[in-house]
Amino acid sequence: MREQNDYIVYVKDLTKVFGDFVAVDKINFRVEKGEIFGFLGANGAGKTTAIKMLTGLLAPTSGEAVVAGFDVRREPEKVKYNIGYMSQKFSLYDDLKVSENIRLYAGIYGLSRKEIKRKSKALLEELNMVALRDKLVGELPLGWKQKLAFAVAMIHEPAVVFLDEPTSGVDPITRRQFWEMIYKASVAGTTIFITTHYLDEAEYCTRVSIMVDGVIEALDTPKNLRLKYGADNMQEVFVLLARGEHTLQGKIKKEK
Amino acid sequence: MNALLAFIKKEFLHIFRDPRSLLIIVGMPIVQIILFGFAITNEITEAHIAVVDPSRDEHTTALTRKILSGKYFILDEYLPSEKQLEQSFLKGKIKVGLVFEPGFSQKLERGEHPQIQIVTDATDPNTATTLYNYIRAITADYALALHPSKATPGGIDIRTRMLYNAQLKGVYFFVPGLITIILMLISAMMSSISLTREKEKGTMEILLVSPLKPVMVIIGKVIPYVFLSLLNGTVILLLGVYVFHVPIRGDLVLLFGEIILFIITSLSLGILISTKVETQQVALLISLMALMLPTIILSGFIFPIENMPLPLQMISNAIPAKWFIIIIKNIMLKGVGMAYIWKQTLVLTGMALFFIVASVKNYKTRLE
Repeated sequence: MREQNDYIVYVKDLTKVFGDFVAVDKINFRVEKGEIFGFLGANGAGKTTAIKMLTGLLAPTSGEAVVAGFDVRREPEKVKYNIGYMSQKFSLYDDLKVSENIRLYAGIYGLSRKEIKRKSKALLEELNMVALRDKLVGELPLGWKQKLAFAVAMIHEPAVVFLDEPTSGVDPITRRQFWEMIYKASVAGTTIFITTHYLDEAEYCTRVSIMVDGVIEALDTPKNLRLKYGADNMQEVFVLLARGEHTLQGKIKKEK
Repeated sequence: MNALLAFIKKEFLHIFRDPRSLLIIVGMPIVQIILFGFAITNEITEAHIAVVDPSRDEHTTALTRKILSGKYFILDEYLPSEKQLEQSFLKGKIKVGLVFEPGFSQKLERGEHPQIQIVTDATDPNTATTLYNYIRAITADYALALHPSKATPGGIDIRTRMLYNAQLKGVYFFVPGLITIILMLISAMMSSISLTREKEKGTMEILLVSPLKPVMVIIGKVIPYVFLSLLNGTVILLLGVYVFHVPIRGDLVLLFGEIILFIITSLSLGILISTKVETQQVALLISLMALMLPTIILSGFIFPIENMPLPLQMISNAIPAKWFIIIIKNIMLKGVGMAYIWKQTLVLTGMALFFIVASVKNYKTRLE
């Protein structure tokens, strides 16, 4: 049997209750190092609540979650140093320059002055943004901002990066480039935990979980999921699951 | 520590890159002090006066000349009789009418008591009372010079001394009040807006996921504003002392200590507001409506608290500015030490602690 610490994300019976509403109901899953883990679900399915618990923003009601080897309940501070986070809302400061944004986040994550210098340079070169270093982030096109935000979220070399709908509102070409960055990071050993509304993106994930009404309804590789539900693409799988038509109970509920 | 420094640096960049913030922080104190210092004053000068003087004798002309010789009154015209006075008042030409009894000097020489009537425009009661007092004082002065013995009826000699502000200058009163208002405004309003902006833009979420502790986020937000408020307080004090000649009679160290205490109280109030609201607009509205108005009206800055109805007096106790105005006036104008203002200092400290504890509690619950 493998230890829970062998996984980058280890979740057992994780539950969050708000009043008498069960937002997340005893979910279980494990994410391995270097995986691109797609975390799907309709709005209100409990995705955001689950991510908030994994990133230490929300305390679980019960259950266990170990992220990057640290228990989110007992060592939230250590978890924070070892994860990156990029939200659907834009996460950089528009009124700061590109270089200032990089320096700020590197500083917040406790990098030394020397490291900050080295990292900023490498990051700008990698993104082809050296010439833009003194531009205000607010003046950049959205696609550039998203790529920069992703790179900044990884500046402290976290074990796992949580991406909460990072590509919403971005044009197809930039999305494509964004996914290339994600692949690169995953090959380099960083685990990616991503939520998205674009179901074609789900096909790019190593494994995909689909949450419905607070529980994980399905979890497998995109290929296996398609085969299992006899669907042509992830879109069909998702619609099938989210509507609850795959179970007998769901069918009865639907017909009522 | 490095993380905090990086954060503080970012905060300064926000302020210096935003023209509106800069305008509020740099422009407002200067505009306000010049407005209050020059335009708004309760001292009245150059009030127009009409004189009705049928006899135009030795004493009436001498007294009239004495009244007109200062900077307080300007002669509008001599009127033949009291009846024309009203026309002048209605036209807004004069603020005061001065009416001498016919045969003024003769009566005075005979040892009788000739009468002077002072008519004022009481649509503005404060001005009317002030002008009446000026003339009364000048007349009493004149009478005293005339008959040193008779001017003390019943042997009681009243000698007035206006302590701490002998010339009754309005600026003495406004400069301490203005420092209070501006510190309150910059500290509470700017900090609450800047924190809600992080919430609105979504960057707060990133900060909360980061290893930067919530307390550090708050401290990082507060430090630039402590610094800027202190700078502003100093600028107003300098303007007060060198442009308006307001004295600082007390200890400078004590004065700045109290200013810092008040800045911390205001900042913590601003943070408390920001924990309760979600958008910058609401934060601005609350800072302006719920903080500025009561601070200006109920703090004793403009209207004396003693004259307010009891419920308002009780509310004024909850306003930090009320206590700070007492402290700063006492230090600047009376030159007192801690022994005389420890009560107010204690109240402010208590308020600051309350706001800080409440804000930290509110921030924690956001994380739970």
